Amino acid sequence: MTSPLAWRLGLRLLVREWRAGELRVLAMAVVIAAASVSSVGLFADRVRGALHGQAAELLAADQVVISPAPIPAAWEAAAAEEGLATARTVTFPSMVSAGERLKLADIKGVSDDYPLRGEVTVSREAFGETTARRGGPEPGTVWLDTRLMAPLEVGAGDRVQVGESTFTVAAILAGEPDRGGDLFSLAPRLMMNLADVPDTGLIQRGSRVKYRLLVAGPPDAVADFRVWVEPRLGRRASTEGVEDARPEMRMALERAERFLSLTALMSVVLAGIAVAVAADRHARRHLDAVAILKAMGATQGRITATITVQMVVLGVAAGGVGVMVGFAGQWGLVQLLATLLPAALPAPGPLPAVGGLLTALITLAGFGLPPILGLRRTPPMRILNRSLVAPPAVGRLVYLSAVLAVALLALWLIRDVRLVAYALGAMAGVFVLLTLVASAAVALLVQLRRTGSGSWRFGLAGLSRHAEASVIQVVAFGMAVLVILLLTVVRSELLTGWQERLPPDTPNIFLINVQADERAAVTSFLREQGVERAELYPMIRGRLTAIDGSTVAAGDYANPRAQRLVEREFNLSWATRPQSDNRIVAGRWWSADDRGEALASVELGLAELLGIDLGDRLTFRIAGQELTTRVTNLRTVEWDSFNVNFFIVMPPGVLDTYPQTFITSFHLPATEHRMLARLVQRFPSVTVLDVAALMNKVRSVMTHATRAIEFVFGFALVAAFAVFAAAIQSTQDERRRETAVVRVLGGRKGQIRLGLALEFATLGGLAGLLGALGAEATGWLLARFVFELPYNLQPVLWLAGAGLTALVLVTAGWLASRRVVDSPPLLTLRGEQE
Amino acid sequence: MITVEAVRKTVPSPEGALHILQDISLQIGRGETVAVVGESGSGKTTLIGLMAGLDLPTAGRILVEGRDLGTLDEDQRAILRGELVGFVFQSFQLIHSLTALENVMLPLELAGHEGPAAAATAELERVGLASRRHHYPRQLSGGEQQRVAIARAFATRPRLLFADEPTGNLDRRTGHQVEELLFELNRERGTTLVLVTHDPGLSSRCGREVRLEAGRLVDGEVAA
Repeated sequence: MTSPLAWRLGLRLLVREWRAGELRVLAMAVVIAAASVSSVGLFADRVRGALHGQAAELLAADQVVISPAPIPAAWEAAAAEEGLATARTVTFPSMVSAGERLKLADIKGVSDDYPLRGEVTVSREAFGETTARRGGPEPGTVWLDTRLMAPLEVGAGDRVQVGESTFTVAAILAGEPDRGGDLFSLAPRLMMNLADVPDTGLIQRGSRVKYRLLVAGPPDAVADFRVWVEPRLGRRASTEGVEDARPEMRMALERAERFLSLTALMSVVLAGIAVAVAADRHARRHLDAVAILKAMGATQGRITATITVQMVVLGVAAGGVGVMVGFAGQWGLVQLLATLLPAALPAPGPLPAVGGLLTALITLAGFGLPPILGLRRTPPMRILNRSLVAPPAVGRLVYLSAVLAVALLALWLIRDVRLVAYALGAMAGVFVLLTLVASAAVALLVQLRRTGSGSWRFGLAGLSRHAEASVIQVVAFGMAVLVILLLTVVRSELLTGWQERLPPDTPNIFLINVQADERAAVTSFLREQGVERAELYPMIRGRLTAIDGSTVAAGDYANPRAQRLVEREFNLSWATRPQSDNRIVAGRWWSADDRGEALASVELGLAELLGIDLGDRLTFRIAGQELTTRVTNLRTVEWDSFNVNFFIVMPPGVLDTYPQTFITSFHLPATEHRMLARLVQRFPSVTVLDVAALMNKVRSVMTHATRAIEFVFGFALVAAFAVFAAAIQSTQDERRRETAVVRVLGGRKGQIRLGLALEFATLGGLAGLLGALGAEATGWLLARFVFELPYNLQPVLWLAGAGLTALVLVTAGWLASRRVVDSPPLLTLRGEQE
Repeated sequence: MITVEAVRKTVPSPEGALHILQDISLQIGRGETVAVVGESGSGKTTLIGLMAGLDLPTAGRILVEGRDLGTLDEDQRAILRGELVGFVFQSFQLIHSLTALENVMLPLELAGHEGPAAAATAELERVGLASRRHHYPRQLSGGEQQRVAIARAFATRPRLLFADEPTGNLDRRTGHQVEELLFELNRERGTTLVLVTHDPGLSSRCGREVRLEAGRLVDGEVAA
């Protein structure tokens, strides 16, 4: 029945109430909800883009097309047409010679625009100081990996032969951004100009060549190109994007996004609470008007329609303002962070704006509408007896609708069911606990009131007179304190825990291809050089051929990452104990008695990707032989710890007979890198991998994400203060009248102020303590189950939470009540009469 | 017009059930003016609330124009009120965020009246406040607010008017003016008037007096 009357009446009342200042807090709360979500959405969107950019540097592009055949010029033209930058590379294995000496190398020809993301670093001498370069070697020159220098006994300026061409070694290749998805299967690199490749005569039918087309540009254009090119790839070509990045990077990105999303979710919850409190006050102030309407013949349907019109208009208007504020906010953020963020931040899409508007409506509907719609059930008899209010049965539903609203928003915003479930579950639990404890505490205070005197009595009376309102206030303040603490202290605890994952002595050097008979020598060499911790892990290469007897093929999987994993050989290992950063999530690790049993431990992510379950039989082809093992446990791996880790591990005694090499990782300060040259000289077959570049990228993601989270946190803070404002205002009407009465009866201003201060101090202390306890509990839950990081309880937080909240509330309450206390009581009482 | 049959109203209270009205039976004919009098807490307001269908009795029946209020749901009673009933209250009960004119228009709009603004202006003119029609309630004195409330009550030409202490919040002189206006309009429109009052002067102007004591009728009210 949204009749013209409902519109007319609804709008008219809305405009009048707006003019009278009635809707300010409610509208403000909605504005904040929309502003925080849209700015967080806008900003997080762009930061996410920027972080992906960091990951893109590991691809040297935003998207790569890989093919064993030359890539058609039309594809490059299509990319250029999308406005994308392009570059080409071609890689193939070949022998490189210098005089009598020969060495197998992985040759890479690069076009002049290579790399599109990140940079190539070169140095004059092995493991010496590096400089960054754009573009590859000049025609006629090559850059050589250190691992080629020693066996070929060449240095800068010397000549090397590749196929039919001869090149001058111009520099040592220290790092290239796209060193490759599989760190452990690389032959040493020789990089040349793409224009020189045909003259070598090495590319012929049947050569093992990989052609790559690199593209980079705005995300939309990249996505469009991907959509365009994928159907044209055929069976042998494939694409690779940021999402296929190395696991270290992927994990860091995921954590960063979770942190950002969590912060955004918190500001939505806070704004929601502010809306709920403001809407509750709005409803209470409208009981009389609704009773009048009902007495004059308005049906419930008509009242509902009128209220709905008001709320929709309010939601759209305040939401619109909020989105504009959000845009301005994120623009300011980007300016502030200009030096931190990559120069080319992707432009914000329209989605966050739509999201902001939707948030306004959903928040208003979830938190605001229930108490306001409850108005329609106001007994019309109230018009004769003001003590009558609507039956309170709506109460429980309010919470349900609010939880539903938050869950919807959270899922839209975060798209991570587990994070949403834990965060909301914890907050809902805390909410219920807060309500129970606050009710008990307020009841206790009401008892205490009988013992005190003077202002203490007036203050406590303030709490007990509106016991229900006091409970609502404690819960609202408590939730606000919870979120603030969660976002400040707990967040810093979580972020510290995260960054501690990469302490200064994180392994930055990997040694691979250590032969079994070199083990002792390598270990003692390292010890002589001062490297104490360098455990050697066995590594056996094998291809996964069947799961539970059915053959596995790349075509079985839709996910490109899964396809690639199946096509490649796995690195298998064996161990007595799981690595320190592994956690068993299903099944059990083996005991000493299981030695020689064909069992397997599988990394959880891989298991999920390939559809491997506990108890499945996995068949591997290792050095021409078949080995079938049973999956006895699944485990998580902290890939961003840079420890040596394996997707699949077996008990000792299963893989010992297969050909194997050993691998280790350790930390080596940059100043000691010259030692590596001696190592390579002494153990020519050993491959040295310097992962510092990768680690720096991961560190950079952490730093950027931390800054971004800190800024986004500002919005949540504003939302928290909106809750405070709404909650203080919620009892302002009653307080005004009562204060006036007390003053008429001879109460002095000082007494009243002290009474108010005591009331707010008690409220604040209680709310602060409960909020702090809730924040600790939530923080611990999140750390343990979502971020998988350590978390230390901080009892000092509990006291600080209580003390600071009391102080803030006393100040805010005093400021808010100044007008009440200072205005002549007669005016207040007459205003009430009206 | 109104028939009250053996009505009882009981509400729960911390001290047990509270009997606000007990065994009330009375009849009010068309065009009658009836004063409901009695001490504070004797159940006067509850009685007119029940007769106006704002609430339902615990036991007994109330018929308005032959329709049993107990058989109607809340919305049906609201519609009935919109068609038949006008109210004047002790505390005026104007909507603060609407102007005098808009307050008077409200029941007309709810009833789907054509041209509510013109009709409402005419009503305000009748109570002598046409020039202040764009003022908000708080810009009007108590007497003026009550005159707006009277204009609003009569705007839909109700057949039945309930007034709860209509002069209770006004000084004697203003109260007297409001009283005059109420009875004048009542005469002009032929409305049935039921009012609750403490004021003997006001009650003496009514055709009949119904006295309540502790929720029971006294003074030989005849069950017709």
